[in-house]
Amino acid sequence: MITAGIDIGSISTKAAVLSDGKLLGTRLIFTGYNAEAAGRTVFEELLKDLGLERQAVRRLISTGYGRNSVKFVDKAVTEITCHGAGAHYLDPGVRSIIDIGGQDSKVIVIDEKGKVKNFAMNDKCAAGTGRFLEVMARALEVDLEVFGNLSLEARSPSRISSLCTVFAESEVISLISRGEHRENIIAGIHESIAARVAAMANRVGMVPPVVMTGGVAKNTGVVKALEKKLGMTIRVSEYAQVNGAIGAAVLAMSIK
Amino acid sequence: MTEHKKTKSMSLFREILLFLLSRVRRFLLHFKKHRKMKDILTVYYMEAKSARVSGRKVAWITSGGPVEPLIAMDVIPVYPENHGAMIGASKMGAGLCETSEAMGYSSDLCSYARSDIACATVNGGPIGGLPRPDMLVCCNNICGTVLKWYEVQARYFNVPLFIFDTPFCHTGFSEEVRRYVRRQLDEYVLFLEEACGRKMDHGRLSNVGKLSLEAQRLWQAVLDTTVNRPAPMSAFDAFYHLALIVTLRGTREAVDYYRRLLERMKDRVAKGIGAIPDEKYRLLWDNIPVWHRTRWLSEKFASHNACLVADTYTSAWCGSMKYIDENNFFDSMAEAYTRIYLNIGVDEMARTVLAMVDKYDVDGIVMHSNRSCKPYSLGQYDIAKVVEKERGIPSLIIEADMVDDRSFSESQVATRIDAFMEMIKASKQ
Repeated sequence: MITAGIDIGSISTKAAVLSDGKLLGTRLIFTGYNAEAAGRTVFEELLKDLGLERQAVRRLISTGYGRNSVKFVDKAVTEITCHGAGAHYLDPGVRSIIDIGGQDSKVIVIDEKGKVKNFAMNDKCAAGTGRFLEVMARALEVDLEVFGNLSLEARSPSRISSLCTVFAESEVISLISRGEHRENIIAGIHESIAARVAAMANRVGMVPPVVMTGGVAKNTGVVKALEKKLGMTIRVSEYAQVNGAIGAAVLAMSIK
Repeated sequence: MTEHKKTKSMSLFREILLFLLSRVRRFLLHFKKHRKMKDILTVYYMEAKSARVSGRKVAWITSGGPVEPLIAMDVIPVYPENHGAMIGASKMGAGLCETSEAMGYSSDLCSYARSDIACATVNGGPIGGLPRPDMLVCCNNICGTVLKWYEVQARYFNVPLFIFDTPFCHTGFSEEVRRYVRRQLDEYVLFLEEACGRKMDHGRLSNVGKLSLEAQRLWQAVLDTTVNRPAPMSAFDAFYHLALIVTLRGTREAVDYYRRLLERMKDRVAKGIGAIPDEKYRLLWDNIPVWHRTRWLSEKFASHNACLVADTYTSAWCGSMKYIDENNFFDSMAEAYTRIYLNIGVDEMARTVLAMVDKYDVDGIVMHSNRSCKPYSLGQYDIAKVVEKERGIPSLIIEADMVDDRSFSESQVATRIDAFMEMIKASKQ
């Protein structure tokens, strides 16, 4: 049976297709203004890639912030449950997930079957999320792609103490004007994210092995800062960013 | 006539009209067998707003304050916090909070305080402001903010303020505390006698105490009907029916209302009628309601077949009954008003929550981390951990504010609730 998952996030929209539990392919586009259109487009594009007809997909689940805006799916499931299922599918040994997406960061603890045992999410503020990194990259005039690697060259990371994206941005700007090295500022930003996630990890009782998912998992600087702060290794799969969509496709297999 | 005098006589004219209208409404209410909360509260506010005409005094009092002596002195108690809840429920919170911020109050200040302080100056809000107080009674058993808040209002209205200080019970209750609080009760009576110009009738106070206790017992009995499956009412219904146990406990009216409500709930239980169409999951609510989103939250949980069957908030008005001596209400008030839910340590709070988890047989706890109410929100993570460890029951913490809807993100809260319910459903499979 062919199943699919669509993960409509605040920044990017992802799709994944499975055939009898085997991953056939994934695709990612920017969400933009219209969540419904993004969901439809990414799904159609992926079907085209795979040479599949719409009718071939028997079950379809949507997830992410735009999960309820698409009506052509069988069910909408939250990204928390989907990330649990996706991480378990890709790496059955995993017990905890750190997911940092566009506007949310979360720590999810799962059982040996991939079911969510507990989770914690960031508070209302967007600090420590993908959007936060975007704002910081813009302030520092650094391409987000090289942001992560640059921080690895830092000698002494700056201290970013603000808990708010807007205030953190002004803190960064004052560091720039003081002539602080870019690498140090970026490393400081990553450490501030790691500190926030570590607080959530403690709250929720995170257990290893840990995998990191979501777009921010591509940022090696954040991953390293997290490993240092938590004192454990963090696995990052090549499918980190589409993990939620894969999880949705996995869960779609059990829809009756 | 000067402009000022004109407005004053206009307002007196309005109050006389209101007074006459309140007498008519009270008379009509008398013949109603099933008195509605809305009708009772309308008459209550009309009477309070025309107190100048009827010659009665009005006292503003904190929600956890000892109201019985006021009732015994025929003073009309008015609750700025209850007013705050009305402001929140009518979605006027953000506007009034902005007004108070423009006056110079910090946005970190409690939104009940902010909206009340703003309302006093503009006579705004859902009922055009509260009636002017003749005195203020502030009991700090619910929080410390009320001290400064009431001081501000005492200065603004230029009326006497009585502060009733109930020391925080970190681990227990001592004889020293009992004596300290008990002596303040005498001072409280003296304060009222001076403000009203006559002596307290202690026989009457004792009767008011009996009625208060009776109303509390009935309220607890109403809340306990939700031990049944399906629960005949939800916490959202309790948030509504709560108004009288807060504002009119100690009156016959409150006793009658809850007696009838109890009958209605028992009838629903007998007929198997639930608060939601298909109750599958039972949850416990913690903290003050998100007044501006009660309907949305209620529908959100109902869409998951989840009923919030109990809460730590509405039960707080009958939670210290065990300390009340029916035959010596006045003396025992000292302990009862000091040992309320918000004035005890986190360990005891956790024990209370555990007892509720067992009693109402819930599958999870929903905690409102209330930006406005620090004493209520502090310790929630610890309580969640205790419940998880002792009973294996998960908790969800949602961030919001009871009145100020600028501190609420619907899609974020929706995702947290949906994920929490998916987790509970999966664990029950």
